[in-house]
This record gives sequence, structure tokens and C-alpha cells, in this order.
Amino acid sequence: MTSIAAARMEWIKLRSLRSTWWTLAVTVAGTVGIGLAVGLNSKNATADLTNNALAGVVPGLLLTGVLGVLTMTGEYSSGTIRATLAVVPRRGVVLAAKAAVFGAVTLIVGEAAAFTAFFAASTTVRHGITAPTPGDPGVLRAIVLSGAAFCLIGLLGLGLGAIVRHSAAAVGVLVAGVYVVVQVIGFFAHSAAAYMPILILENSLSTTRPVTCGESCPDFLSAWAGLGMLSLYAVIALVAGGWLLARRNA
Amino acid sequence: MIEAENLTRRYGRTVAVDALSFDVRPGGVTGFLGPNGSGKSTTMRLILGLDQPDGGRVRIGGRRYRELRWPLREVGAMLEAKAFHPGRSARSHLAALAAGNAIPRTRVDEVLDLVGLTSAAGRRAGKFSLGMGQRLGVAAALLGDPAVLLLDEPVNGLDPEGVRWIRNLLTSLAAEGRTVFVSSHLISEMAVTAERLVVIGRGRLLANTTVAELSAGAASLEAAFFRLTGDSVEYAAKETTS
Repeated sequence: MTSIAAARMEWIKLRSLRSTWWTLAVTVAGTVGIGLAVGLNSKNATADLTNNALAGVVPGLLLTGVLGVLTMTGEYSSGTIRATLAVVPRRGVVLAAKAAVFGAVTLIVGEAAAFTAFFAASTTVRHGITAPTPGDPGVLRAIVLSGAAFCLIGLLGLGLGAIVRHSAAAVGVLVAGVYVVVQVIGFFAHSAAAYMPILILENSLSTTRPVTCGESCPDFLSAWAGLGMLSLYAVIALVAGGWLLARRNA
Repeated sequence: MIEAENLTRRYGRTVAVDALSFDVRPGGVTGFLGPNGSGKSTTMRLILGLDQPDGGRVRIGGRRYRELRWPLREVGAMLEAKAFHPGRSARSHLAALAAGNAIPRTRVDEVLDLVGLTSAAGRRAGKFSLGMGQRLGVAAALLGDPAVLLLDEPVNGLDPEGVRWIRNLLTSLAAEGRTVFVSSHLISEMAVTAERLVVIGRGRLLANTTVAELSAGAASLEAAFFRLTGDSVEYAAKETTS
């Protein structure tokens, strides 16, 4: 099967770069560290302690997003893309294999980060506060979906890398799209803010109960609708990237 | 066997490759000669499907490159010296390419040995010298033990020992019955390595002949080449008189 061989090639490429492992290790450490710090500062039991424990997911996502970008743009900056396309001339297969391998790795690492952050924070809550357990309503869902977000933002980065092709520019687009645009949108188009990746993560995926803050909040998406939106962003970026990859000269 | 038929590629208003037709036959080294900017690299890229022609077609053993199921097992190519990630070892680079075409892992060590990179195989390829990078490129081209080899300027930047190594390698590969197509702008190198020549200028075919035929009637192959390509050089410098 040519597509399985293509996936094996992408797996060897991903694991043979030290930067992959460094980035993933820092992703987990950062997510757990921030979750622990925010969890320790939870002063009362009325707060969503699960959400606090997952506070490190938002900054952590940036790393898998950037890793996704570099997994694609690194091929262009080094010239490896031409070797890759000589091995697998069907370009859609190349990007699909990359997405499958990178998606699987970041899903595993993302879930590991989310679960570790949750348990680290829940075992260290202040005296007198009841720690949440995965059996509580919505808790397991919040952890699993937050972990999945690492994979989805990573795939968004991979797709952007295929579209933009230059590392610095693609990272810029990713950071602007995920972290900066939300500020502008939130200011000018209040209701659209609920569709911004960061707000989806903070208010839809990593919460155990609906977030309400009256007039100052837009109507946030449900957890599953939020997951669907993030998946849609990743799919759009990958399809556009694959379409351009197939049409442009390499 | 490589067959190009009316191959044409334009970039905007520039015609890089202009209705180019030629065959490259097995069992000998065919040199691909032309001044800088004459379309050699574009032609190589068209053969590999990295670039799409605006007209005409090119086939390898009767098929387009992208129709090959395991391309590396049929065509080996080296288009640029450093087509590898600087952070990856030579061994991992080759292992990835081998896996992509279901080539046994043992073949990686064979080609590393063949090009003399075994002792450097675990080092990050970004630290390689130009010559070592060329050797890694050749190793990648030989990975699938292909019947057709394409090499773009393989001796560029090599020391005399490296040049002789490439020369011997190419002639022995051709002697095994393979199709070996080598682009160069070094006429003297082609004079000693190639049997046949495809000469282009401004993207057009100027000659498809043997080295012996082209040099007959001229003082040297170089003199014959200049007579042929005289009208197609991009930037002509003034002759120096002393």
C-alpha cells in the first residue's frame, strides 16, 4: 500500500528530528506546570477547578501549532520537499500521510498533557476544597476535548504551513489567527468571538459547565460544537494546503 | 529509457523549455549540456513531475513519473546537493525515503557504504561538507537500485577525488545497462564521462548526438560546443585580448 508506506516515511521524518521531541516535552511540561500553578491558586470550591487545572492548554497549544507549521515548512526551507515528492509523487497522499502521523502523535501527547495537568492539579488543591474527579459531570469530557485541541491546532498549523510554505510567515499567520484576531473580533464583532479558537478552548472545551457572564459574554458554543468548529478549521487549512500543494511547483 | 516529446514550459513570458524532444537510451552515460539558464534544471524537474509542462510530455519507460507505483525503484534522482533537513542524520534521511517506497531497511546501509558515508551516517547532515552532501544525494538516488538515474550537476563543488569518484560511478552504472542522464555545464567533464550528448540552448534542442560526432571537425568538444551554443548564451562577456 503506497499510502501506508508514505505514512511510515512521515513517521521516520517526524521522529528523527530532535526538535520534535523537545517541542513535545516542553508542551507537556508547560501545560502541566501552568495547570498546577493555577490549580494551587484556586481559592474556593465554586470555581470550575477542572477548567483551572487545564489553564495551561491555551499556551501549550501554541507549541503543537508551531510544530505543525515547521513539520511542513521545514521541508521547503531544506529542500526535502523535492525528495519527498520524488518518493510519493501523489501530493495529496503526502499531506494526508503527514496529517495522519502528526495528528496521531499530537493527540497522544495532548491527551497525556491534559490528563497529567488535571491529576497534578487535583491532587494539590488547597485544604478544604474538594478536588474534582473524572467521574464528576463534564470533567472527563473537558479533559479529553482539551487534549484533542492540541492535535487540532497542530493540524491547523500543518495546513497553514502547506499554504504559506515559509516558516516565519506561517507561524505569524497561526499566532495571529489563533491568539491575536480574537482580541479584535471580540471588540468589534462580539457574537463572532465565540467562534475564535482560543475562546472555544477556554469556554467550550475545557469547562465542565456552560460559561455565563451575562451581557459581557457572547453565547459560547457547547463543548461538542466547539470541537466541531476547531476540526472544521483544521480541515479547511489541510484541504486548502493539499489543493495548493498539488497545483504549485515544488 | 527517457522520452521527451515537444516538452514546453513557460514562466510568465519566458520560455524556459521550448518544444524539446529527445530520447535518453540505456547502457551509456548521456550528458545534458547547455549554458547557464538554458533550461537543463527545468527539464529535469519536468521529468520528475516536480513541475508541470505547458505542452508536450515526458515518459520514463513509457510512463509518466507520477504513474510509477514505487518511483525510487525505477528512477533515482539528485537534483540539488542539499535536499535534506540539516537536523536529520544521513541514515534517518535515507531510512525515511526507503520506507516511503517499501525498500528494505538493509539497503540504507548498503548505499551508505557504497558512497563512503557509513562512518558519518549518524551525524546531523547539516554539518556535512558540500562533497558529503553530494554523496548523500547520490546515495538517495541509488536507494531503489533504479534502472534510470538523473543527476543535475553532480560534480559541482567536488574536489578532484570526488569528481573522479562520480565519473567512475556513472560509467559503471551505465555499464550495468542503466540509463544515466547527467546535466552539466562542464564540457571537459562530459567529454570524458559521456558517450551521448543532448545539447540545449534557450530551452531548445541544439544537438542530440554522440561525443565523437560532435567533436569531429572541431578542435575540441569545447570548441564544437561554443559553435553550437554561440547564439544562445544568456549574458555574453566580451572576449579578453591579451
